[in-house]
Amino acid sequence: MNGATLSTLRPDLALIAGHVRPGARVLDIGCGDGTLLSALEAERGCDARGLEIDPANVAHCVSRGLSVIQGDADTDLGYYPDKSFDYAILSQTLQTTRRPDLALAELLRIAAHGFVSFPNFAHWRVRASLAFGGRMPVTKLLPERWYDTPNIHHLTIDDFRALVKEQGWTIEGQWFLNRGRPTRPANANLWAEHAVFLLRG
Amino acid sequence: MNAPAQPDDSRFGLNRRITLPQALMLDGGASLDGVEVAYETYGTLNADRSNAVLVCHATSGDQFVASQHPITGKPGWWSRSVGPGKPIDTDRHFVICANVLGSCMGSTGPASLASDGAPYGLRFPVITIRDMVRAQMALLDLMGIERLHAVVGGSMGGMQALSLAAHWPGRVDRVMVIAATAAMPAQNIAFQEVGRQAIMADPHWQGGNYYGTGNAPDAGLAVARMAAHITYLSEESMHEKFGRRLQDRASKTFGFDADFQVESYLRHQGASFTGRFDANSYLYITKAMSYFDLAEDHGGRLAEVFAGTKSRYCLVSFDSDWLYPTRESRKIAHALNAAGARVSFVELSAPFGHDSFLLDVPELDRVIAGFVG
Repeated sequence: MNGATLSTLRPDLALIAGHVRPGARVLDIGCGDGTLLSALEAERGCDARGLEIDPANVAHCVSRGLSVIQGDADTDLGYYPDKSFDYAILSQTLQTTRRPDLALAELLRIAAHGFVSFPNFAHWRVRASLAFGGRMPVTKLLPERWYDTPNIHHLTIDDFRALVKEQGWTIEGQWFLNRGRPTRPANANLWAEHAVFLLRG
Repeated sequence: MNAPAQPDDSRFGLNRRITLPQALMLDGGASLDGVEVAYETYGTLNADRSNAVLVCHATSGDQFVASQHPITGKPGWWSRSVGPGKPIDTDRHFVICANVLGSCMGSTGPASLASDGAPYGLRFPVITIRDMVRAQMALLDLMGIERLHAVVGGSMGGMQALSLAAHWPGRVDRVMVIAATAAMPAQNIAFQEVGRQAIMADPHWQGGNYYGTGNAPDAGLAVARMAAHITYLSEESMHEKFGRRLQDRASKTFGFDADFQVESYLRHQGASFTGRFDANSYLYITKAMSYFDLAEDHGGRLAEVFAGTKSRYCLVSFDSDWLYPTRESRKIAHALNAAGARVSFVELSAPFGHDSFLLDVPELDRVIAGFVG
């Protein structure tokens, strides 16, 4: 283990980890190098599993003693039984899926609750960059250029809320971040760089 | 509570052989008396007997996993992975590797003597992968090892690891399966049948009764090995290693000598194999693999096989392995997932085809070390 603690986690991950019930069964979809998984296991006593597309990341996770399956959020969630987890986490991954709506539906099928975090494309800096610069925004949270970005479905906080409403899902919690710090929910679609939602299907 | 294992215990060490006290009841209905198991152990069994790691060998492998082979003089087949400070660390783990039932390196097989004093030949019962594991479980019983820390195997060794986890679920904590399958695919059965037919078509095979005649089906066994060896490599690694280069000559001979390096290499592989392997053993072992289908008794529902399993699993495949391709490992991972098991799966990139599990793949070392712990 690399000794990741809640306080050293990326802000959205720390927020999620802090709201996961201790001892819960958790699936982290797009778990990367397993930082969140190991924090969940070490600090929250969770039974934490991961799904990750990059083989080097999976090998790294396994070498840390984590249970991670190499797979694709777009195609491999179907192999998990209904409600086999208490929580499924989709952090910074939703905007990279081919069909975010289907990925979310799968998330809420396999888990009782789903955490979803994503960069807000309607943040004022993104809006300004597009409105005044006339170019696709490149920011700290969205550092790739339009042609090499894995983010193929940019979305805003209001887009996400609209989809949740349309699908009849329930928002159980929502948190907003600006420069890694919690920010007020008022006008989040304009002021928040980053959103974390807790959903129920 | 068992007494701690003594370092001078004759059951432990290199080049051991033990006779099972009870008859082995086989899947095919027969039972075998006086089964001998040849094996090696490395490292020291701890006082509570909790650090045992069983390494299962592949088709043509043997118990000499990390010690010099007595016939070829070469280092053990997995000495890159097993030893002091290696991914399976014998400073901390007590490693056991046994020659499988049906083989020819000291464990009972078709070349062994039956009760009438003559070699079994084809009188030896057809065995299964589970039968091979049965013999190894009986060996663990004799060592007083109730529960393994881990079982690790590649190819046929991986099938044994799966069979152990499925049929002896209380006896292993961690299960590592490399480049294997839960059910032998038709293409692999087909290749194995080519090998078996090559042996049986050799007139020296004599219906399997060649022992003591001075003539063994070496030509047939060599062809079987050559065909199998091709399936262990990848097109890329063959091209890389041999290309169209000629063997010790400047131009083609317009004859049937081994003009090409790849021809010469395969002939060498075939010929050297006959010096260390018994043709009948090859028939029995490949047939056991052809029969392997873990979900057979569950209507093909692999998740049911592992229902309630408490073990942790790690599956590894290689992108250049076309004999046991990634989809075979992925199927197992999905089934274990559906059974709620703690499972990891990774497809590693390596150029060497199926043989990658035996060769220099640093990422595999890290995965093994991390999983076995």
